[in-house]
Amino acid sequence: MSFGPFLLLALMEGLVTAAVLALAASGLSLVFGVMRVVNVAHGEFYMLGAVIAWFVTTLVPGPAWAGFLVALAVAPVAVGALAAAADRLVLRRLDYDPEATIVATIGLLYMIQQAALSFYGPDARPVAAPFDWRLQLPWFGYSGYKLFVVLAAAVVLLALWLFMTRSKVGLVMRATQVDRDVAQAFGIDVDLVYMAVFGIGAALAAVAAVLIVPIQQAHYLMGHDPLLLSFIVVIIGGLGSLRGTVVAALVIGLSDGVISMFFSPTLAKILATLLVALVLVFRPQGLFGVRDR
Amino acid sequence: MGLEIAGLSAGYGPVTVLRGVDFTARPGEVTCIMGRNGAGKTTLMKAIMGLLPGTGSVRVAGVEVLGLPAHRVPGHGLAWVPQGRRLFGPLTVAENLEIGGLLRGNRPEIRAHVLRLFPRLGERLGQVAATLSGGEQQMLAIARALCLEPKVLLLDEPTEGLQPSMIALIRDAVGQLRAEGVAVVLVEQRVEAVLKMADRVAFMAHGRVAEMVSAADLAPGARQFAEFVGV
Repeated sequence: MSFGPFLLLALMEGLVTAAVLALAASGLSLVFGVMRVVNVAHGEFYMLGAVIAWFVTTLVPGPAWAGFLVALAVAPVAVGALAAAADRLVLRRLDYDPEATIVATIGLLYMIQQAALSFYGPDARPVAAPFDWRLQLPWFGYSGYKLFVVLAAAVVLLALWLFMTRSKVGLVMRATQVDRDVAQAFGIDVDLVYMAVFGIGAALAAVAAVLIVPIQQAHYLMGHDPLLLSFIVVIIGGLGSLRGTVVAALVIGLSDGVISMFFSPTLAKILATLLVALVLVFRPQGLFGVRDR
Repeated sequence: MGLEIAGLSAGYGPVTVLRGVDFTARPGEVTCIMGRNGAGKTTLMKAIMGLLPGTGSVRVAGVEVLGLPAHRVPGHGLAWVPQGRRLFGPLTVAENLEIGGLLRGNRPEIRAHVLRLFPRLGERLGQVAATLSGGEQQMLAIARALCLEPKVLLLDEPTEGLQPSMIALIRDAVGQLRAEGVAVVLVEQRVEAVLKMADRVAFMAHGRVAEMVSAADLAPGARQFAEFVGV
């Protein structure tokens, strides 16, 4: 295969990575943007979404697409509910203190991880793709499911953007993001907003995991890479900026696809981390972040 | 009934700033609060709004609001225009007003009333609040608070840093609110503005209201201005 088709394949793979990354990172970015909480357990919510998807697809009888659709509905709700409970029981009691919440979410990370190890086990387990269609190009065949992942992620991100910019709840969240005290002075129940935001952020990670699990398999340690890459994406894009998150996910995902294919995945990670360092030095607020709010 | 505060003490963590504040603001009156930096004026505003824990009593139209969660305080008819405006900067003018009117269901007649008071805002509904001029931002901060249809309006230094034409405009708006029966509590440092707007003046020192006098009894060179404000 000549260079052109190789590059096309690399870009398509990168696009899948970017789509899933954008979803997972948008959850992390939303939580930090509104609550100023650095959620170190975000990767474990991702892992939990994949594990729940495995359980659901195993339990639901019938064709693979039926189980997948149930998983796509159940996993984000379950993970979102768990995150909301964690907010209510842990983060609120810490009054969302930035340092204390980092330590608390590290604790949450290990609790979720070890719970998954206990109840799910150490094995990586596959989840069947909901359909088995291939796009046949002149140079190579490509998984139709991977294209579906890109499309589905784009739809969810569009829905998130509409929710944040067009709905009353989104408006309330944006106001709370700007000034918590003044939001309360206009009757906004900030505790409720925070609980919802933490739940939605985790649910977005779970959606990303359900989409990717037919490609990558579910494993109790699978949350590490998405957490690292999500942090890279939100730092580059600007913490709290949905637009920046999507753009940075595209940059990281596409470059990861190309560099991994032509050089090595390790080099892709090294360059992404280097990019984070450069952003932190020359534009600490990220490409689309705001320095002073 | 307006606003009745009795023995209010509050502060930030272990630091007590307010030490037994007694204060009243009557409907249809403008009550000014004056005092040196650190006297506790802004802390008083925050404590009234439930944003700081406190002891004592804060009653709005006869209803005790001290100890309520902060988000339940404005529903009793209290609105606050904070020092420095503190608009939702990235949101548009219309969105700021929408947040202001959440508790009143964003009724169109309230929005229309507010825009009659500040018609310039009506021309900038789609503009991002942070890009407004200083005077327009202050108008928006007041308009946003008025969307709550308050019985008591707390204004923390609303004319700070504004040009004279804007100050006159805000003074007119305050006068109209007084005529509508709103109890206006105004933190203000400029003697001239106080004498033009106030019905009564509370002088704060060391976390207490040290003196409360009728504005009619004050002249530009009155002893209280020198003693409690340092001018």
